[in-house]
Amino acid sequence: MNTRALGSGWVRPSVIPGFGMTLGFTLAYLGLVVLIPLSAVVFRAAGLGWQDFLALATDGRTLAAVRLSFTTALMAAALNAVFGLLVAWVLVRYSFPGKRVLDAMVDLPFALPTAVAGIALTSLYAGNGWIGQFLEPLGIKVAYAPLGIVVALTFIGLPFVVRTVQPVLQDLDREVEEASATLGARRGRTFRTVILPVLGPALLTGFALAFARGVGEYGSVIFIAGNIPHVSEIAPLLIVIRLEEFNYAGATAVAVLMLAISFVILLLINLIQAWSRGRMERG
Amino acid sequence: MHASATPAQVAATTESPVVRRLLCAAAFVFLLVFLLLPLVAVFVEALRGGVGTYLAALVEPDAIAAIELTLLVAAISVPLNIVFGVCAAWCIAKFEFKGKSLLVTLIDLPFSVSPVIAGLIYVLLFGAAGWFGPWLAERDIQIVFAVPGIVLATIFVTLPFVARELIPVMQQSGTDDEEAALSLGASGWRTFLTVTLPNIKWGLLYGVLLCNARAMGEFGAVSVVSGHIRGFTNTMPLHVEILYNEYNFAAAFAVASLLAVLALVTLVLKTWLEARGGHVVSSLGRH
Repeated sequence: MNTRALGSGWVRPSVIPGFGMTLGFTLAYLGLVVLIPLSAVVFRAAGLGWQDFLALATDGRTLAAVRLSFTTALMAAALNAVFGLLVAWVLVRYSFPGKRVLDAMVDLPFALPTAVAGIALTSLYAGNGWIGQFLEPLGIKVAYAPLGIVVALTFIGLPFVVRTVQPVLQDLDREVEEASATLGARRGRTFRTVILPVLGPALLTGFALAFARGVGEYGSVIFIAGNIPHVSEIAPLLIVIRLEEFNYAGATAVAVLMLAISFVILLLINLIQAWSRGRMERG
Repeated sequence: MHASATPAQVAATTESPVVRRLLCAAAFVFLLVFLLLPLVAVFVEALRGGVGTYLAALVEPDAIAAIELTLLVAAISVPLNIVFGVCAAWCIAKFEFKGKSLLVTLIDLPFSVSPVIAGLIYVLLFGAAGWFGPWLAERDIQIVFAVPGIVLATIFVTLPFVARELIPVMQQSGTDDEEAALSLGASGWRTFLTVTLPNIKWGLLYGVLLCNARAMGEFGAVSVVSGHIRGFTNTMPLHVEILYNEYNFAAAFAVASLLAVLALVTLVLKTWLEARGGHVVSSLGRH
């Protein structure tokens, strides 16, 4: 197996065995579970023809759902960028009792099944819930409204921002801050002009990851959203509804639209990372 | 690093006590509202009807069936993804070949796909009106709306976990140890078991832990392919949904509390593994 790899030139020769076997298994598994099934959606959409696909993808209810998914995910990611940075800052820079517990708790949204998060948030923000009872008299309706979707997506996306910013903040060289302070900059200015630019790429990556996750999120949202068509119906739910109607073409159209947008986001994340790597190497 | 810093230097690179307290307070309030309250709410709602109702909801036959199915699905999908993760990490970390970064990106792909789409693709392939639908129907094989579909969808969404934990760990340990073992005459398998495995065991455990938590808790992907047949194709998260939609809140939260305990155990083990150095922070810090 190794001798064959030696001859082909696309792999550097090595005395370590098992390259052909492990790469072969990896490709076969990935192909069978991920790539072939995913391409089925694309083929299905291609089989519809451009005209039909466009008609399905630009249907009013579809557009409303896709727009809702993207705007709520954007708002939640923006909220997380602010509060995620704050949490990361407090966890890295300050010491207080219970810090390790708090640090571990940040990963709760990764570990808690989304359906559990969904029903828990709904019970909190419903009109008679612990938080909802204070918001309802103020005229703020969270549960069974678009605002509820933002709350659920903020919960889901929080760890992405904290966990991307935290390591960068930890590695941040304090001497630069000292230099800035020595040169007479106030703390606020040092933060804006010295710290924030260094954190920028990580913050953007965390934001993009939280956003991408929010767009596709289903479990935590459907309980709290109220799911009214055109108002609080997210795109993944519309896929499920189309499937339940046995409208495979409709489901496929929404899915392909979402996949295309998610692909662009993924590309963007990679570009940000390549750019920040290049900047680090130059600087 | 700052042991030698004078108090003046420290003061210059930190915030005033007032600002510090304000920042801490804001972070605590945010975490309290968004993380702690939902968690506490699960247990309070679960026990609202008393311990008797709580226990009754957990030993009811449909709940038991859901717990069993969840364990079965995890018991199949997690080991398969371990084998995949070890193979993928081995060829990516120990060899240099063209197209490697594309392969890494493709392994991450399931994280960027909505879980609902993960379920949809299997319905399009194996459903009654899917590509292989008629062929499967002739042979009386059911994949979608049955256990195989649930397993497939779970494998899809949990596929990257083990691989992406192991790749940086294996890259960090390099190939010197393996080369030494091989030159002393050890076979490939023996080298892997006695040299590589001890080096990667904590990273492997870490990946398995995260993979298992997601496998047991997955909702969206599984919901699309399950068909929601009580006692047969309902996993625990789906059972929670059914009970909740029937306004049986106490029972829904009782089953949900089991999943919340699973999440807490996962977090404790995760923190313990991190303390043992089982986690190499990957460039994205993504899970």
